[in-house]
Amino acid sequence: MIGCLDSRSLCRGRILAAVFVIALVAATGDRIAPIAAQRPPQRIVSLVPSVTEMLFLIDAGARVVGVSSFDHFPADVDRLPRVGALMDPDIEKILSLRPDLVITYGSQQDLATRLAKASVPVFSYRHGSLGDITVTLRELGRRLGSTSQAENVAGRIERSLDDIRRRVSIEARPRVLLVIGREPRSLRAINVGGGYGFLHDLLEVAGGTNVFADVKRESLLVSTETILSRAPDVILELHYTDTPSPTFVERERATWSVLSAVPAVKHGRVELLFGEELVLPGPRVVVTAAAFARVLHPSLMGR
Amino acid sequence: MSDVRRRLFGWTALLGAVALAAIVGAPLVGTTRINLARAFDSAVPFADNVDAQILFIARLPRVLAAALVGAALAAAGVVFQALLRNPLATPFTLGVSAGAALGAVLAISLKLQVSLWGVSAVTGASFAGSLGAVAIVYALARARHQGFSTNVLLLAGVTLNSFFSALILFVQYIADPNETVQTLRWLMGDLGVAGYGPILAALPPTIAAFVAFAWLPKTMNLLSLGADAAESRGVDVARAQRVAFFAASLATGAAVSLGGPIGFIGIIVPHLVRLLVGADHRIVLPAAALLGAAFLIGCDVVARLVMAPVELPVGIITSMIGGPFFLWLLVRQR
Repeated sequence: MIGCLDSRSLCRGRILAAVFVIALVAATGDRIAPIAAQRPPQRIVSLVPSVTEMLFLIDAGARVVGVSSFDHFPADVDRLPRVGALMDPDIEKILSLRPDLVITYGSQQDLATRLAKASVPVFSYRHGSLGDITVTLRELGRRLGSTSQAENVAGRIERSLDDIRRRVSIEARPRVLLVIGREPRSLRAINVGGGYGFLHDLLEVAGGTNVFADVKRESLLVSTETILSRAPDVILELHYTDTPSPTFVERERATWSVLSAVPAVKHGRVELLFGEELVLPGPRVVVTAAAFARVLHPSLMGR
Repeated sequence: MSDVRRRLFGWTALLGAVALAAIVGAPLVGTTRINLARAFDSAVPFADNVDAQILFIARLPRVLAAALVGAALAAAGVVFQALLRNPLATPFTLGVSAGAALGAVLAISLKLQVSLWGVSAVTGASFAGSLGAVAIVYALARARHQGFSTNVLLLAGVTLNSFFSALILFVQYIADPNETVQTLRWLMGDLGVAGYGPILAALPPTIAAFVAFAWLPKTMNLLSLGADAAESRGVDVARAQRVAFFAASLATGAAVSLGGPIGFIGIIVPHLVRLLVGADHRIVLPAAALLGAAFLIGCDVVARLVMAPVELPVGIITSMIGGPFFLWLLVRQR
């Protein structure tokens, strides 16, 4: 009898505690939302390298107080604290920097929720097509109260891309295989660009036709058979590293020589490009577009 | 004895014909329609002949790789099941493939650029990794026991498997995310070898393993009665176990470094073969090798065609067939 009473009161205590906690969460939860979006953020943490570049370009660099472990550009980021990246964001480190805006990837739902609980506003970023880059820039400008700078930069990017598009338009468009990964020194695990995403769009801007434009995904793994049958005029291979020695370039280019029936191989048009910006859907897409155009249309672009 | 000979001959002829048909037929199938007359037309130089290059560079090497990998994994499966006296043992149970995977993942993440005789760093590193795993497991199995304990072997192998898997995850986690696609691709198994170099390199260890296998069946039949019973019939049990362990590990290492850790071949095929031909290892072993070759060639054709032009890793196909089969086997065992 006593035992039963005891457990019942314990039970009641627990229910009361639970109700209290729920009420508390509800009360604070209500108050979280309106705080955001009042005055422009002054302490920004960016987990997205391409957005970090945008921040520095629209003169918000001084407001950046933390960046991801993969940020290398511009050089100013070297002095900033690192807070992890896509897979391993360090929320304690982020909060310790007392940010009033954190830029996260769209897939970092969990992080965004936890930041929201701590009343930290979040700018969630998802990369997609080439056009999304200037959309993000303008959104960012509005959020940071730097609308005119953002508009300037976005306009500049759009004009540069248009300029490249115009210059290459007078020549026939070569059919291009865009290789974004491959086992070194072999033709295994060939990962190529499909018909969606900023790299595909950049190829179009630079006056090329993607041989896998019909496959609506960012990348796909293909066999040598498919490459032989799609017969690209140019093989454009991206390496996300600094430019290595000429022997490296020659060796990797020679790897393709087995597939001599592919027009690109037959006519010596296997081209390798190097640089970390090639993988970043940020403001430097203009540099990438120009590099693509020089390779695809050497006579027009003054290679 | 003559009855065994007759059955051996019958099954080898039948399954050999199936394997041969697969080797000849599979290169004719693909995402692209090729003109055979043009492929064999000597008037068109090979360097310009798209049909010939699709046939001889894109398709034939991967069919041959599938045959080699399928035969090696299926035969190794038979040997491991006999050695460990466990029907659920696979060529990957003792950590050989995990060692190979660790080697490959390290080579990909460190962007190793060396190559030797047409063999890339990834293939070389995975073979080295498999040998490393074999050495560790063997040393452990010997350290605990005077002689050779299959129980310790099994425990050490399973533990090493999880340990290597942890290391693989660790390397992937700290590595450049741009390499993740490449590592994942490798771990799913892939026969698109795009040339004969890797196949030729895998051939010597595979042949060595099969020579050792040829010596094993009679002993394995006796071993399946139990170590003591085998000993009383004059079998040097420890020696037979050592040969079986090293030969099967070598075959597995060569297969995995060539095609990645392609799952379930080493368990589906041996059991299918036992259902067909019975338990006598003198017939099971060659039959499993031949059926393994044909089975993997078939799976690879499916992998090439099913989502074209996107290529499906063959390991996904074998696992999708193998998973349910394995479960059925488990339920049936009871």
